[in-house]
Amino acid sequence: MAQLQLPANATASRSSARHVAMRFAIRDIGGVAKRNLLRLLRTPQMVVIGAIQPALLLILFRYVLGGAIRIPGGSYVDYVVPAIFLEAVLIGGMTTSIGLAQDLKSGIIDRFRSLPMARSAVLAGRTIADLSRSVLSLGIMIVLGLLVGFRFHASAGSIVAGMALVLGFGYAFSWLYASIGLATRDPETAQVAGILPFFILMFASNAIVPVATMPSWLQGFARNQPLSVTISAVRALLEGGPAEHAVMQSIGWSAAMFVVFFGVALRLYRNNAG
Amino acid sequence: MTEPMIEVEGIAKSFRTTRALTGVNFVAETGAVLALLGPNGSGKTTLVRILSTLLRPDRGHARVAGYDIVSDARALRSSIGLAGQYAAVDELLTGRENLELVGLWYHLERSEYRRRAREILERFDLMDAGDRLVKTYSGGMRRRLDVGASLIGRPPVLFLDEPTTGLDPRTRNDLWQFIEELVAQGTTVLLTTQYMDEAERLAHRIVVLSEGSVVASGTAEELKEQTGGARLEVRVTHRDDLDRALGLLAEFGDSRPHVDTEQQRVSVATSGGTAALIAAGRRFEDERIALDDLGIRRPSLDDVFLSLTAAPPAAALPDRAPTPTSTSRD
Repeated sequence: MAQLQLPANATASRSSARHVAMRFAIRDIGGVAKRNLLRLLRTPQMVVIGAIQPALLLILFRYVLGGAIRIPGGSYVDYVVPAIFLEAVLIGGMTTSIGLAQDLKSGIIDRFRSLPMARSAVLAGRTIADLSRSVLSLGIMIVLGLLVGFRFHASAGSIVAGMALVLGFGYAFSWLYASIGLATRDPETAQVAGILPFFILMFASNAIVPVATMPSWLQGFARNQPLSVTISAVRALLEGGPAEHAVMQSIGWSAAMFVVFFGVALRLYRNNAG
Repeated sequence: MTEPMIEVEGIAKSFRTTRALTGVNFVAETGAVLALLGPNGSGKTTLVRILSTLLRPDRGHARVAGYDIVSDARALRSSIGLAGQYAAVDELLTGRENLELVGLWYHLERSEYRRRAREILERFDLMDAGDRLVKTYSGGMRRRLDVGASLIGRPPVLFLDEPTTGLDPRTRNDLWQFIEELVAQGTTVLLTTQYMDEAERLAHRIVVLSEGSVVASGTAEELKEQTGGARLEVRVTHRDDLDRALGLLAEFGDSRPHVDTEQQRVSVATSGGTAALIAAGRRFEDERIALDDLGIRRPSLDDVFLSLTAAPPAAALPDRAPTPTSTSRD
């Protein structure tokens, strides 16, 4: 028999049926991830072009604006580069929303939805593939950061934890992007809509200037929003300072965003009947 | 008689402002081709999307391959294949990768989906292009790959939404042949089309949709009968003879003759067959009315289509069972 079958006495061994279903789901997700990685591999220019924007911002803040910004007790390059890491990952994540909107438009999602594959596979596979894109763009930004004078001051373990935090936040955020792609159903609209949360979180934050310089009504949001919290945690981890509180806050935000937007995206995907 | 493979009962679906389907009923027998014929916007694609579990109906029930399309949707998906109007293949993958991935998602074993992908590439004449990216394919190649991808799970039911729209005649013909082979092997095919020749060539049964409801159904021959059967038609050489020709044809017709002044043609519905044709020929000769053309014309499926879908559904023929009377053979 060519087709893999659930055990014949599936009711008798429900846990075994569950096990098989789980194995299929993992295979389905792997297939989708493979598809998106192959696409990524065949359009390497996308990764390079995707790195240009954060690279320009890095140069802008390091050499144009950075001279005018005073950071108490530290250098500006060490202050801004961790924020640029997150920025690079978030900009890269926009391809999730644009790509999903494209797949909806081209009819590929229709084919996926007519197949016996697991419902979450299309989204999970894509976000996992996009995570590897994030790893690439993060790698590029680390090299660029070192070139413009950024230095790590912490232990290897602490640095790895910092990078993991960046990627974890980026992954959680990719489910927000997935929701935007599925809700807008159109690549151009998805692109414009995807910039909004990025802009709001990036500029009303501690990414570029210390929150203390902002008007008081903005400080509360700018200090506690998910991106600021994560940037603080990453800075602390890369500086080697006390990081535990900020790290826990960041993980909390990432987990919450993941849970909420995983649910939203899956719901949109299921109902995407148009 | 075996159980029908597709049973559709009172399916209705509305979108925000439009009523796409208003209570559709039909059945498709196992191992046959059912064509959903209708103009753009008649609800064909909506119906296919509902039957292939992409959309939920507002009302009504349907069973495909023994599964309820709503409550058993998950299980049903292993038994259907869908190829769309727009070739849903990935441009940045090769033809082979496209097929193998779909095979994986049908939960086939690796060795099996690799073997089947190779078979499909061979069958669809894509072997040489199999390892090239799809973005280098022509429109016809993409469509073949798309149909091929819907077959990799060897589903007993295949939905083809306008499978040959925009294809050149040769590719179309190849695809028709392939569909016939599949059906000969026992696959049930539901295809939507706006081409009469496609429906006539492939379909065992045709369901005509107009503005979201079934306006007629039956075999191609039965539909032609419903539209009015054979007509005796003459074309006069001199326009002045039109009135005399009309009076003359009225003697042979079952109803009032129809005159087309522009084309200088007069026609009348007749059940007299060749006898009426010969008798009419004699009468025209006796009356010395010069003719360019004289013959019995059977309605084409185009006539059926136009007459059924031009009128509002209420005025059109109801979905009645066609009477199996003496069907004229062309």
